[in-house]
Amino acid sequence: MSDVRQHADEIHDQFSDHIDVAVEDVEERLRTLVDEYKVPMDEARRSVTNHYLEAADLEREDISRGGSEAANVEDVDEPEQWIDLTAKVIELWDPRSDSVAQVGLLGDPTGTIKFTKWAKSELPTLEEGGVYELQNVVTDEYQGRYSVKLNSTTVIEELEEDLEVGNDTSEIEGALVDMQSGSGLIKRCPEDDCTRVLQNGRCNEHGEVEGEFDLRIKAVVDDGLDAHEVIFDKEATEDLTGLSLEEAKDMAMDALDTTVVADEIMDDIVGTYYRIEGPTFGRYVLADDVAELDGPADPEQLLIKARSM
Amino acid sequence: MSQAELTREVARRVFASEFNDSTYTFKESDDERAPNYALLPTGDRANRVFIVGTLTETEDVGDDSEYWRGRVVDPTGTFFVYAGQYQPEAASALRDTEPPAYVAIVGKPRTYETDDGTVNVSVRPESIAVVDDATRDRWVVETAERTLDRIEAYEEWEAEQEAPESASTAPTNEYAQMARERYDSPVINYRNDVVAALESLETVERDDTEATV
Repeated sequence: MSDVRQHADEIHDQFSDHIDVAVEDVEERLRTLVDEYKVPMDEARRSVTNHYLEAADLEREDISRGGSEAANVEDVDEPEQWIDLTAKVIELWDPRSDSVAQVGLLGDPTGTIKFTKWAKSELPTLEEGGVYELQNVVTDEYQGRYSVKLNSTTVIEELEEDLEVGNDTSEIEGALVDMQSGSGLIKRCPEDDCTRVLQNGRCNEHGEVEGEFDLRIKAVVDDGLDAHEVIFDKEATEDLTGLSLEEAKDMAMDALDTTVVADEIMDDIVGTYYRIEGPTFGRYVLADDVAELDGPADPEQLLIKARSM
Repeated sequence: MSQAELTREVARRVFASEFNDSTYTFKESDDERAPNYALLPTGDRANRVFIVGTLTETEDVGDDSEYWRGRVVDPTGTFFVYAGQYQPEAASALRDTEPPAYVAIVGKPRTYETDDGTVNVSVRPESIAVVDDATRDRWVVETAERTLDRIEAYEEWEAEQEAPESASTAPTNEYAQMARERYDSPVINYRNDVVAALESLETVERDDTEATV
């Protein structure tokens, strides 16, 4: 569907309860303004909407916004749907391109989704932690993952209330292909409510502190189609490696070096297949339930398929 | 948090026969740090691979400093793995592992041209781990599945090319197109390798009907 047609449809939907107008008629008016007179789409849309408001003797408030429907994040399962979301900005990322004004992660009680806000849409800036009603955003899909795009027709309204963000639970099966730095025996800042991982004995927030030992693994689990980043907390790390925090501390003490723990863990887990279930948090999956996949998958079905190709 | 971290390159699953044919490499942008991809003949790009096979031989082929070469065999052929001073963990894994052993390797495809103009494809390992036979068998099945998926997508694209009247619904398959332009070997060869690989698994009954009739 062309852009103009999309906009025409939306305008048509707004008026269909009030006056008898063909969507082609709306489209024609939009096209005249946009194609012939080079009027920007949002201005053309405003103008055409005004025309019908007058024709129907209505006020702007009388018409429904139309076109988009209120939806939850978990409902997003096809591209190019126009929806309204009430969502919290969980985090903002650095845009990689000048055409993108803001990019980041939105969440509502049903899950999280990536959003992109185009620079040319000239929309107000979203703040991290803010809760917004986003009217008329369009869904998109890339390699099986969904996102929403804020565009020039999007209406943003900041809400005063807070919003609880729910977890998307993921299940991943794949090979653990990498363990990242910051894994193994680490030290965290002991300050109240600060659990930052220390870098060379320093906390980013509180400076030099006497850290508290913890165990964790940041790993990449890859199924050949997607690479997922997975975090194992202390319990998950102990379960996975059979190494307790106390044993890890003893190992590091003997070697006078904490990195021996990471080396030992790495040898144990890299190259192994796992099934991992857990909530997603940003780009990470938190490993709640981990099973090593040791039996081979059943090759018979594949063989039948291969022979028939 | 940068977006670059979000796009960690996937480790493709590819058998040795197809990997060693992946002689064409390319970048997708002019950026100096843009990732380098090997073009798989079944129509995909690979910046990273995950392979599991039998390490059959290791040798230090370096002159001044250690440079280890390992031969890793899967049901379709042999991967050549090279690790030197810039891959210290992988180099020491090759030095210390006594062949034969099953190993799982994450690494990057590398190509080099020999004096006679042949292009050889090898693996520059990021990690090498000794694994068990169950992991190896799982990898064979998984790699068979991924390879068949690629072949299927390739053939779908190819069929659409030959029926241009339906071009409006044709799936685009950039890398299949690139593969057809760059390589001569028909993709059906890789299907045959998949069949042979699956048949080599002990749990599978061979299709010996032709031999016994």
